[in-house]
Amino acid sequence: MSKITIPIGPQHPSLKEPGCFTITLEGEKVVNAVVGVGYNHRGLEKACEARTYIQDLYIIERVCGICSHTHSTAFCQAVEELAGVEIPRRAAYIRVIMAELERMHSHLLWLGVAAHEIGFDTLFMYSWRDREKVLDILAELGGNRVNYGINTLGGVRRDLEPQMADEIRAMLDIVEEQNKYYIQLALSETTLAARLSGIGKLSHEDALRLGAVGPVSRASNVDTDIRVIDKYAAYDEVPVTAITDDHCDVFGRAVVRVLEIMESIKMIRWSLDNLPDGELTAKMPRRIPEGEVFSRTEAPRGEDTHYVRANGTDKPDRVRVRAASEANWHSVKHMLEGDYLADVPIIIAAIDPCYSCTDRSIVLRSAAGERVWDWAALRRYGIEHYKKQGFDASKIKIAERKIIR
Amino acid sequence: MLLALFHILIFPGMLFLGAYALVFSFIDRKLYARLQNRRGPRWYQPLADFLKLLGKETIIPEHADKRVFVFLPVMALAAVTAAYLYIPIWSSTSLYPFEGDLIVLLYLLTLPTLCFFLAGWYSTSVYATIGAVRALTQLFSYEVPLFMALLAPALLADSWSLSGMTAYYSTHPLYLLINIPAFLVAVIACQGKLERVPFDLPEAETELAGGTFVEYSGRLYAIFRMAIDCELVVVASLISAVFLPFYPAGAWAGFGVYILKTLVILFILALLRSIMARVRIEQMVAFCWKYLTPLALIQIIANLLLKGVLA
Repeated sequence: MSKITIPIGPQHPSLKEPGCFTITLEGEKVVNAVVGVGYNHRGLEKACEARTYIQDLYIIERVCGICSHTHSTAFCQAVEELAGVEIPRRAAYIRVIMAELERMHSHLLWLGVAAHEIGFDTLFMYSWRDREKVLDILAELGGNRVNYGINTLGGVRRDLEPQMADEIRAMLDIVEEQNKYYIQLALSETTLAARLSGIGKLSHEDALRLGAVGPVSRASNVDTDIRVIDKYAAYDEVPVTAITDDHCDVFGRAVVRVLEIMESIKMIRWSLDNLPDGELTAKMPRRIPEGEVFSRTEAPRGEDTHYVRANGTDKPDRVRVRAASEANWHSVKHMLEGDYLADVPIIIAAIDPCYSCTDRSIVLRSAAGERVWDWAALRRYGIEHYKKQGFDASKIKIAERKIIR
Repeated sequence: MLLALFHILIFPGMLFLGAYALVFSFIDRKLYARLQNRRGPRWYQPLADFLKLLGKETIIPEHADKRVFVFLPVMALAAVTAAYLYIPIWSSTSLYPFEGDLIVLLYLLTLPTLCFFLAGWYSTSVYATIGAVRALTQLFSYEVPLFMALLAPALLADSWSLSGMTAYYSTHPLYLLINIPAFLVAVIACQGKLERVPFDLPEAETELAGGTFVEYSGRLYAIFRMAIDCELVVVASLISAVFLPFYPAGAWAGFGVYILKTLVILFILALLRSIMARVRIEQMVAFCWKYLTPLALIQIIANLLLKGVLA
């Protein structure tokens, strides 16, 4: 049978964001897969350099729609460390509670998406119904269903009232009950197991070699939970157990995620019971002293790292965000090859990909070789490109970038 | 002549079948939604969808064979509508019964699937081509157990016509219980024929973006959707005619029982659709040949032995 190449994306019903997976097929088997991302570059890091730290917080919160809290936590931690500020314990606990609620809603979302990818719409509807309950709580806590805006430099913006804690407990009971059912379903339903097990194989060695993070690596028995190995916020006091699994396939990733929801429920309950009293914010200086910091958090999708370099002003000199999916892209090609076309959407979905969060640098390849363009060259290229399309952007003034070394 | 035309065009032909197909489609969607804890569509939603599609622009791909491309949806709908005329509805005999109408029915019901395959093939899109190949692969898997499951009761009744079978089973109603395995096989295999979950591989929205129908739009797609909705009615009617041949006296009572029977079948089909995930094509083929076909074969052997004992 001759080989055919089909593009999955940039627009495709199974992709929630633009990305292009060029799949070469032999019959129904994938012989080659090329992962193409970069359709949604938003210039986030550059935008951060032109704004103050407190303004950056709002950009960083919008790196990802689902794991918005974990990004802002990582950024706040970095800035707080640069300023030498210790946040109050109550604030640290509220950050943990938010992070775990976010993990619950993200994993329930994933469960629904994964079920939809394999044509199991009933599970999709059920898990999203339960996710709504978590979102309602998040909306009450932060004021928004996503992008809660609870983090601020030096602490958190909103307190957790005792009556709110009871509401959370009531919600946790319902979601826990439902989640037990999903665990049972994941472990026993035959068509589900038939579709998920044995596909998207990523061995323990490959997970280490390709630098997989989060549930993808934990399903390959790599213990990479940042909450355990590099404790931040209140995770030094809240008991955390990293969930690992040795299935090394999509089924394992599903198991890790549903079990992690149970862990999160336990952790939220513990944090609510042991919530310390005290202030919500510590005083932050407006100008951050010179220095650089590397901060990391455990997003629902895996390790999330932020690098912030300060130059003594109220604006950062450099912000680098590496969302969890960026680390997981490398393993996708490896996982796709050798599997069936029918499994391509679910294998891609199994890393819980975030496309826009990962789109960053631009490397242009020419016949002469590889060349990384600097900011000025990139701008020139952009102006010329749009001129050809009849749009002149050369009149737009932008601030010159000052590099302090 | 005029009566025949009435039968073909109005009742129980195109108009009634179309209307009932829309009702059926609504009930199917509503049941599916309620089983998924959703509210589901309003009663006129299938009709609204159909009318809206009719009003949309029809785009024919540049590389597609235009005549075949236009002809295929009509062919699919015509085959399904023709098949409906041979199914008994309000009485134990259909409008135009003859010895062997069961075989003709099965043949007419295979035509839509072939149309889906050709539609995908002539669309010259990669998604549609893969969907078309899947439709054909699937055809060879479910068709054999489906045929065997529907012919097993006929063997026992010693008649190749639905009327003959109904006459036989109305005198020996207990023998219907023997056909239960065949009933199960038929219900599962017809999910493949109707391209519904777990066997909706040719369409597989998340993999093939709609598969065989990806290039169809507007009026042509509306006709295809109508053919699929009608096929659901025809298949449910066929299964109820073969496995539940109960016809009380009187046209109105018979008609009511027919509606009830088909709705029961629809409920089973909707339930199957909502509790399962889509399988892979090789899993589908393996399932049909490893489990469904042997089960149908056992049913045929059992029925033959029983026939020998009875004789």
